[in-house]
Amino acid sequence: MNMPDLAKLIFGRLTLEAIPYHEPILVGTFIMVAIGGIALLALITRAKLWGYLWSEWFTSIDHKKIGIMYMVFGIVMLLRGFADALMMRAQQAVAFNGNPGFLPPHHYDQIFTAHGVIMIFFVAMPLVTGLMNYVVPLQIGARDVAFPFLNNFSFWMTVAGGLLVMASLFVGEFARTGWLAYPPLSGLAQSPDVGVDYYIWSLQVAGVGTTLSGINLIATIVKMRAPGMSMMKMPIFTWTSLCTNVLIVAAFPVLTAVLVLLSLDRYAGTNFFTNDFGGNAMMYVNLIWIWGHPEVYILVLPVFGVFSEVVSTFSRKRLFGYASMVYATVVITVLSYLVWLHHFFTMGSGASVNSFFGITTMIISIPTGAKIFNWLFTMYRGRIHFEVPMLWTVGFMITFVIGGMTGVMLAVPPADFLLHNSLFLIAHFHNVIIGGVIFGLFAGINYWFPKAFGYKLDPFWGKCSFWFWLVGFYLAFMPLYVLGFMGVTRRMNHFEDPSLAIWFRIAAFGAVLIALGIGSFLVQLWVSYKRRDELRDVTGDPWHGRTLEWSTSSPPPEYNFAFTPIIHESDAWWDMKERNAGRRTDGYLPIHMPKNTSAGIIIAGFAFVLGFAMIWHMFLIAGIAFVALLVTAIGHTFNYKRDYHIPADVVARTEAARTEELAAHV
Amino acid sequence: MSDMNATPSAAVADQDLQFWMKEDHHPANGTLLGFWIYLMSDCLIFACLFATYGVLGRSYAGGPSGADLFELPLVAINTTMLLLSSITYGFAVLEMQKNRKGTMMAWLVVTGLFGATFLGIELYEFANLIHEGAGPQRSAFLSSFFTLVGTHGLHVTFGIIWLITLLFQVGRFGLTPANKRRIMCLSMFWHFLDVVWIGVFTFVYLMGVLP
Repeated sequence: MNMPDLAKLIFGRLTLEAIPYHEPILVGTFIMVAIGGIALLALITRAKLWGYLWSEWFTSIDHKKIGIMYMVFGIVMLLRGFADALMMRAQQAVAFNGNPGFLPPHHYDQIFTAHGVIMIFFVAMPLVTGLMNYVVPLQIGARDVAFPFLNNFSFWMTVAGGLLVMASLFVGEFARTGWLAYPPLSGLAQSPDVGVDYYIWSLQVAGVGTTLSGINLIATIVKMRAPGMSMMKMPIFTWTSLCTNVLIVAAFPVLTAVLVLLSLDRYAGTNFFTNDFGGNAMMYVNLIWIWGHPEVYILVLPVFGVFSEVVSTFSRKRLFGYASMVYATVVITVLSYLVWLHHFFTMGSGASVNSFFGITTMIISIPTGAKIFNWLFTMYRGRIHFEVPMLWTVGFMITFVIGGMTGVMLAVPPADFLLHNSLFLIAHFHNVIIGGVIFGLFAGINYWFPKAFGYKLDPFWGKCSFWFWLVGFYLAFMPLYVLGFMGVTRRMNHFEDPSLAIWFRIAAFGAVLIALGIGSFLVQLWVSYKRRDELRDVTGDPWHGRTLEWSTSSPPPEYNFAFTPIIHESDAWWDMKERNAGRRTDGYLPIHMPKNTSAGIIIAGFAFVLGFAMIWHMFLIAGIAFVALLVTAIGHTFNYKRDYHIPADVVARTEAARTEELAAHV
Repeated sequence: MSDMNATPSAAVADQDLQFWMKEDHHPANGTLLGFWIYLMSDCLIFACLFATYGVLGRSYAGGPSGADLFELPLVAINTTMLLLSSITYGFAVLEMQKNRKGTMMAWLVVTGLFGATFLGIELYEFANLIHEGAGPQRSAFLSSFFTLVGTHGLHVTFGIIWLITLLFQVGRFGLTPANKRRIMCLSMFWHFLDVVWIGVFTFVYLMGVLP
């Protein structure tokens, strides 16, 4: 075998040419990431933290630690996704009148694709999953999730997918197809390079994690609720999490399947979505939206749950219309599968099909509207405390209603024929995703942070963050509604008409304000950490909460509850406080807990190698990685000793320390 | 509790109500439920492949159709193999419930052999088709045919790998509760693949040979 053959066998189509050293923006980014990365690694090494991180975090099967790791991952990816957004806004603010701007189309197209993919899959999904992971077991009085190892594995698969997207920045390139990679543009004929393959493999790897985590949380909620907690006594966040995970399990396999078909077209030369040999590209568009529409509800339902918890806690009232909230959530869950075609009314399905999907779409606004009224009536005559989570909630209610109304406008097929593919659409979905999901995540982070770390987040910087985000959002996206009405289409690299420039410049200014909002949030984390002694909460219940997570200490011990709670009412913890249930401080028993394992991170590591090797057609390495993955997974099944007991005296000591702390702070 | 003074609390504690469990709480094991949910998610992958076949199954692009290609007698034998493997897996589960390790393992081996025969026949069929120039690249019909049938075959392959792993584990560690649970999971997986195959046989082969 001669050298070129050997190199091809090992490296596939990866050559030095794949490193984008001729693009100054990317080189600059790489240098910054490299310096930051090396500094971080050096700091960890100097502080001798590797062993701690490995044994206490990376291999941990504790749902609380996994939840926190999801949040950290999501926030890091938010910085990347937002950097893309800033570059797009900057480009569109200057690229007029023959000025090409600073991003060539080839690069610009990758940026808007990466922005969408990262924000949905690697920011919103991990943040939502992280909240559910952290909060749901605590809210149902459980000690962990149903499948603790799978939980760790799911997290690392999500990270492996995110790393593949990040790798595309410095090795090769990302897709230039838009975030859903429609064929035939994403087919081999139009996109022969590695961009679409990065897209496919990062989503497939992360998708395994998402699906498994969905199965895990469903089984947890169905099987592991504390005694007495019937379905209609579950906290509303647990309810929305249940519905979200049902959606995940019912939607993500469709994404997996359609991406498999696209990869077969690209790798095996099949003809699913090609223009010849009988292929049908619209099949792809249908399938991907059968996943894609439920996906937006996967993101927004849990934050509806967050808002419900926040509103009732900070209004010091039971949630108005609990049962109607549950039914509304379930109705949205079902309806979300009956609307996918509204994403492509212009496909030409005919008036009757379009009418059906237009009407189902409008119907969804009914249960959603019911939720808004429930929140309003919860606040009505409540004793409202405007803490930071409540600010985000009120900001959400106003912003989301506007986004919902523009959504109903888009649901009218004739209107959609005009607005389709325009910036109006971009404004609409950012209106609901920022105004809904992002605001909800910040509400949730501010609300549950004291539970996770034992001290509150600094309210001043929290308020700065909120106001910068709120004002920034309106300045960044209201101009896009205007431009959409003018017929300006999305995904454009530059414009000829200088009269449009002012709107893009306002939008760019809004994006800068949002950047300050993100910056304030990071400062808030730092300042809170510095002031943690002043912000400390020893009660475990800093907001006078209503649900079980507030009944244990902050941060909770690894076993969550020394004694499993017995539930008599919804808002179980409020009920316990009202009836002076008190703490039980004797008769501790050994607690049965799962053991940490490194199998998850190792298998996900092999999945990363497998994905990377497939992207670059390194089929030898891909084969080796696949076999290694399989062997590790099978090897893990030979480990039967997956649990241990925390001795009763350790539990007793932990709880005694808490008793002392509580007594010292009455 | 330090925060009790902040809540509008009822003055007297309700003595009759218990709020904390004294004894150990054992939540029900969720493995079978979780696996069942996983199967349903897998079922959706097959649903997508069936739907794709439904849309593209008559797009021959001037190439051969199902009526030209399918040899029903061969597929009938193949179907028989898979159905028999499901029955023998059932026997294995019956033996498991009687805690007879040896006969249970024997039935599992028989199941695996039927499964392997099924795969062998399927690969033979695929090789023949490709040899005749009717490979997955020939038309959208053939792309969707190979993908649907091949995905099922891939599942059977992983089922056999799992089955071999389980044979080792039962052989070494015996019929422990964990192993019994795994046998039940594989049982669900195996019967699920059988059900999917009945769909493939009816929808792809029987309806495919219709003119």
